[in-house]
Amino acid sequence: MPIKITNLDYKYSAGTPFEKYALKKINLTIPDGEFWGVIGHTGSGKSTLFSHLNALTRIQSGTIEIDEFRLVGNGGKKPKRKHRPDYKALRARVGMVFQYPEYQLFAETVADDVAFGAKNVGIKGDELQARVKSAIEMVGLNYAEVEKRSPFELSGGQKRRVALAGVLAMHPKILVLDEPTAGLDPRGKKEILDLITEIKATLCPTVIMISHNMDEVAAYCDKIAVMADGELRLVSTPAELFSQHDLLRELHVEMPTVTALACLLNDRGVPVSRSVLTERELLKEILRVKGVTA
Amino acid sequence: MKDVSFGQYYPVESPIHRIDPRIKLLAVILYIVSVFFIRKFVGFAVVAVFLLVLVFLSRVPLLKVLKSVRAVLFLVLFTAIMSVLFYSAKNAEPLWAWRFIKIYKEGLLNAARMALRLIFLVMGPGLLTLTTTPVELTDGLESLLKPLALMRLPVHELAIIMSIALRLIPTLMEETEKIMNAQKARCADFDTGNIFKRAKSLLPILIPLFVSSFRRADELADAMDSRCYRGAKGRTRMKVLRLHVRDFVAAFILLALLFVILVLRYNWFGWAFIGVLW
Amino acid sequence: MIELRNVTYIYNEGAEDEKTALSDVTLSIGEGEFVALVGHNGSGKSTLAKLFNGLIEPKSGTVTVNGMRTTNHKDLFDIRKTVGVVFQNPDNQMVASVIEDDVAFGPENLGLPSAEISERVDWALQSVGMGEHRKGTPFRLSGGQKQRIAIAGVLAIKPRVMVLDESTAMLDPVGREEVMRVITRLNKEEKMTVVMITHFMDEAALADRIIVLKNGRVAGEGGKEIFRNRALIESAGLELPLAARIAAELRECGVELQGEITLPEELADALCR
Repeated sequence: MPIKITNLDYKYSAGTPFEKYALKKINLTIPDGEFWGVIGHTGSGKSTLFSHLNALTRIQSGTIEIDEFRLVGNGGKKPKRKHRPDYKALRARVGMVFQYPEYQLFAETVADDVAFGAKNVGIKGDELQARVKSAIEMVGLNYAEVEKRSPFELSGGQKRRVALAGVLAMHPKILVLDEPTAGLDPRGKKEILDLITEIKATLCPTVIMISHNMDEVAAYCDKIAVMADGELRLVSTPAELFSQHDLLRELHVEMPTVTALACLLNDRGVPVSRSVLTERELLKEILRVKGVTA
Repeated sequence: MKDVSFGQYYPVESPIHRIDPRIKLLAVILYIVSVFFIRKFVGFAVVAVFLLVLVFLSRVPLLKVLKSVRAVLFLVLFTAIMSVLFYSAKNAEPLWAWRFIKIYKEGLLNAARMALRLIFLVMGPGLLTLTTTPVELTDGLESLLKPLALMRLPVHELAIIMSIALRLIPTLMEETEKIMNAQKARCADFDTGNIFKRAKSLLPILIPLFVSSFRRADELADAMDSRCYRGAKGRTRMKVLRLHVRDFVAAFILLALLFVILVLRYNWFGWAFIGVLW
Repeated sequence: MIELRNVTYIYNEGAEDEKTALSDVTLSIGEGEFVALVGHNGSGKSTLAKLFNGLIEPKSGTVTVNGMRTTNHKDLFDIRKTVGVVFQNPDNQMVASVIEDDVAFGPENLGLPSAEISERVDWALQSVGMGEHRKGTPFRLSGGQKQRIAIAGVLAIKPRVMVLDESTAMLDPVGREEVMRVITRLNKEEKMTVVMITHFMDEAALADRIIVLKNGRVAGEGGKEIFRNRALIESAGLELPLAARIAAELRECGVELQGEITLPEELADALCR
């Protein structure tokens, strides 16, 4: 079942003179099996929106439906009893990976840390062990090697993988990632993104990635949602979005670096298409313009 | 999120806000001493009028000042009720009696004095923190305690620890919230089970918080060293506290208040009207 | 300005988790240069930043700043007056809750008179374009603004070398650009020597000289021509700047391009020629 958000509003400091809309009339349906990118400047409401999905942010007004779970706002007060689903089950279904997730590690061993979430939803014994093992392997670490080690001894990139494994062990069907590549070097970035693609193919069919990096969303996502000032401004495919340059300017969205380079070349009299998204496309365009066959 | 580093500071321009923090600290001490010397209700009236004038000058809403009392309200009520119930006078008639409970006029007056004293005691420092930023307070404290440095007390170090603490509190609060959310997203439960279970459930928050605090402390130390910090040695300040006429006036007014309260209590000049005052 | 000779540095020496961060590194930074130090995470580049101003001492070899050795404790204060370091996380570099107090921290440590400190604070905040925030608090600012405050805090000491230790790594693209603008201006207009430690190759492409670190050793060094050596850059866990990547592939396909190409404008120029 898709994620369905209807008329979602969210206000900070409601009822005081400092009242401020963080989210305004959000209506959004995210179908199963898609890889979504969410972009928008800092403070545009993207993190607030997606922390609603697993009830970390209390819904104020509007409704959110995810599979059998239904969250209904009660004007900022605690939701009515019938609108309070099993939050643990919901959080296991919607796995949330925050920015710099390595800062949440706490257990004595990597295996214990990865087991934490699954244990909290009542998974025990062999099943738990099997999940922990497969989650650690899924993030590309060697189970036998890291299982008994302290998570604090690992390198930065490894810590991030362990944190990711901790969410995967809950077997989520929807994975929300907030800037999963922040602070990584180019190789680390690519590895994590490829990993996410693999997780999507094998375990968790729906992925939502919040990102500041246009190159990443252009290269990996099926759909891109643009947020600005608490509003959902646009949902479209990368190709469509990044070919509308006036719109991008209006939304204060940057172009992917490849597209920006193509535009620069075009402005300077090299008549390549202005809407290329990948390096390969740009290369082909330049070769076409230069009349060279690859 | 509320900016904790500003405490309850109420940001407006006023003559009270402008007074030197050192004078304000000393004034609060004088004020507290005065309140302790009050016996007569007229003394409380004098302090009340004095406070009202200050609040008016400070442009802080009276309600904000009264809010500082709320924290001790329970204590005030509790001590007042206790002192009424357990007051016993040998040679006076109770106003009202029921079984073993006897209430005397003196008991009521005593309780009222005690309650008023407590309320006035909190309002003074309350007004101080409403009109002075924690940064100013730290600077003032450092300057006042400077003579102690001669006795090899680490006054500068204490002051810099305080100001860094003020600086880090909001960061650490934000961090706590982030870690809590991250663990909640892993289905952690912080509010069910018995007390031991709950205490244990805090570990997933406390451990990452400790680890990150140490990391921050390390990085901060490196950054401070890199910016030529070597303790108090050779260090000057951009903001030098300087006393102005208004500061002397403020100090004088507070001394006058103390004098009035003392005269009301000890009647040094033998004025007859003081004897008949309540 | 800064001279490293055969420097080796080992973390937790003798312990179980001993790790050699740098081995036999020799390099020098000249007056007025804009040098980028690039390498993957864990290549030892941040260890270098701490060696430059004597926060740590080399296990063997020497680090000298303007002829002063960082192992000579008497000189540390002067070394730190000469080499300022801006670190990665702006939140962990601020000592005060008011911006002007934070920027004043360095000059206060230098023992300057109050009026001069105030002037320097003004000047430093203006140079990073944060003049109007002097009386504000850093908490509400964006990452890029906070990092500019941190740069102002170092600038107010008036160092001759500014080292930026991955100071853009935690920022969003807008914040990164803000910081890079400030840095290039300081180098071009104020003739400040800049050492930028980064793994963003598009930033490194702005430097005059690039030093590539790989597993604690200098793997290569040179001007922009270093971006012709794709194998070197990629084996160091990095990638070429986009324009250099496209140029390399075009050359492989037989397109002739003149000169070194690392920036988008250079690619445009070469293609138009």
